[in-house]
Amino acid sequence: MSLEIFLEMGGYGFYVWTAYGVTFLVLLINIVWPIVQRKNLLRQLLIRQKREQK
Amino acid sequence: MSIFPDSVGRFFHRTASPPYFYALADRFIPWLTGILLILLAAGLVDGLYLAPTDYQQGESYRIMFIHVPAAWMSLFIYVLLAVMGGIALVWRMKLAEVMLVASAPIGAGFTFIALVTGSLWGKPMWGTWWVWDARLTFELILLFQYLGIISLYNAIEDKRSAARAVAILALVGVVNVPIIHYSVEWWSTLHQGPTVTKMDKPSIHISMLIPLLLMAVAFKVYYLIAALQNAKLELLKRESSSQWVKNLLEKSA
Repeated sequence: MSLEIFLEMGGYGFYVWTAYGVTFLVLLINIVWPIVQRKNLLRQLLIRQKREQK
Repeated sequence: MSIFPDSVGRFFHRTASPPYFYALADRFIPWLTGILLILLAAGLVDGLYLAPTDYQQGESYRIMFIHVPAAWMSLFIYVLLAVMGGIALVWRMKLAEVMLVASAPIGAGFTFIALVTGSLWGKPMWGTWWVWDARLTFELILLFQYLGIISLYNAIEDKRSAARAVAILALVGVVNVPIIHYSVEWWSTLHQGPTVTKMDKPSIHISMLIPLLLMAVAFKVYYLIAALQNAKLELLKRESSSQWVKNLLEKSA
């Protein structure tokens, strides 16, 4: 089976790939968002701690 | 806690203490991520490539391999919210509050995925993106319930009272879960009935059942990872001035 035929999905390519794309985008955002937020928070807390120690 | 033997009580007490739980999450996340990637790779190859074409729906049915597991997760996580809400209300357990709040966005994500993939599947098969069918309508209400829980928690300043409020909201809203599950039997309109979760033998061929179950397990593992990430953030926010967070900062500095 060629890649082209695979991507075509028997004519339903748009629906199938959009569905999979949206799914993995949402899943990725829900993992990355808390990690980024936590890094930011840790950085802020570290700055605050250093200021208090002076 | 007197209904449990002492050792069980001690186990919960220790595991539920924020610093211990934070370290435990750190230790488990890499393993869970490895398991998730293997399951996803297997599920996607099987679902998108190996599984045979459906004789009625052609290739469009492959949306099922994400749509159905996502819809299951939307209900499963909501039940968890209600259970953790109950624990938070009865035993005032901090970790149950944190896990409730940490799980809500993941549940909202899966509900959104179930709705969008359903719409993308409905258009070519039913000829419409959306219809006010009972299953679809109550699933949309479930999304609003998740969003309501998230915004109520964010709106209340004191996080202990905020958690108590969302625990009650989660418990009250759990009535929607059986309504969604049985909606296709009570009001049979457009959405098809269950093919896997029924008492009889599943009416789905084994070659399609395996990728479906692989994706379902993958989504469960994903939920654990995402909820633990959210819980770590929530614990840090809540306990930012406690000693264990200070120790953590000193180690990282």
